[in-house]
Amino acid sequence: MRRFLPFIIVALVGFITVGAATVLYRAKRPVTLSISKEKAAEKEKQDLMHVRGPAQAPVTLEEFGDFQCPPCGKISGPLLEIEKDYGSKLRVIFRNFPFPNHQHALEAAYVAEAAGLQGRYWEMHDLLYREQANWSEGPDAKQLFNSYARILGLEMDRFETDIAGPTVKARVTADQERGKSLGVKATPSIFINNQEVPPKSLNPTALRAAIDEALKEKARPTPNAVPK
Amino acid sequence: MPSQSKSRAQRSTAIALPRGTVVVYAVVALISLAGLADATYLTVQNLAGETAVCGGSPDCFRVLGSVFSKIAGIPVAAIGSVAYFAVFTFATFAAFGYQRARTFLAVTVFIMFLSTLWFLYVQAFLLHAFCRYCLFSAAITFLLTGLIVATPRRP
Repeated sequence: MRRFLPFIIVALVGFITVGAATVLYRAKRPVTLSISKEKAAEKEKQDLMHVRGPAQAPVTLEEFGDFQCPPCGKISGPLLEIEKDYGSKLRVIFRNFPFPNHQHALEAAYVAEAAGLQGRYWEMHDLLYREQANWSEGPDAKQLFNSYARILGLEMDRFETDIAGPTVKARVTADQERGKSLGVKATPSIFINNQEVPPKSLNPTALRAAIDEALKEKARPTPNAVPK
Repeated sequence: MPSQSKSRAQRSTAIALPRGTVVVYAVVALISLAGLADATYLTVQNLAGETAVCGGSPDCFRVLGSVFSKIAGIPVAAIGSVAYFAVFTFATFAAFGYQRARTFLAVTVFIMFLSTLWFLYVQAFLLHAFCRYCLFSAAITFLLTGLIVATPRRP
């Protein structure tokens, strides 16, 4: 018996490890969220949201992002390319979802919203993501934010007042509330036509495939449209 | 000639070890289980896609979502799981007196030690971020290395 004991111990630990890993994987496997019709209608009514692309576009990509989140920064470049490639077929909505453990994320969201009050939201959005590595690591993020505002030609006095004002805070809070109500827990969380893209598919190839699928879905005739 | 075949047989079969040496190998096996749990957790996180999004520690993402976190498409954490399981296996067999297992154990731990040094360098100087799970694994590997070095070579 003693001769076989090490084999038994090793096999037992192997089985326990594989079993525990399987249970953990099942528990961690993300539930794909979807936006209900009511929530989708709420979204259309909001005048606070930041939209790029035509309102009639067949595909809507709604992103919940955090300006200091590295994966959001990583996907922002490819998303811009996707927007250019799909043109009028795609509409992009960006929602602020800053995490408290990202030191400058909330401030960055305020900066973007303050730029938005002067009509330069998307320019600041793109700039913040492009420069993420600099201001995230830098000793004085505020100074860099001000320099970005100057680059975009914003009126500085108004910009600084707006950052501390209630309007931008209300906008960011509204986005966060919407995210929470949908069950968003991580960033980037991307919804394509109200269906969440799984975290493993947050790469340019999979996103393009999901958009193509949504376009095909839209092109299919609805059951009501089929003649009797 | 007879002594040669005897030595070969000694290496492949179990021999009696001093109690102290058996205890050291048993401790090595137990410590490797902690490393196995840590590496398996990170492997599952990777497979579930959690390292592709923010929501946990930003520093952990910087490390686990970096280009250094995979080798030929295989998550480093998965390689770590295999390595810790190998350490557990060799340490268990060594505790039962298998001579060859001691050599395999020493070689595996040495490779893990060198890999740990590389990954600490990557975190400190290339990524400028430390992941606590990776640091825990590094501490375990250092502990295992210390124990293996301190174990007497001959029974």
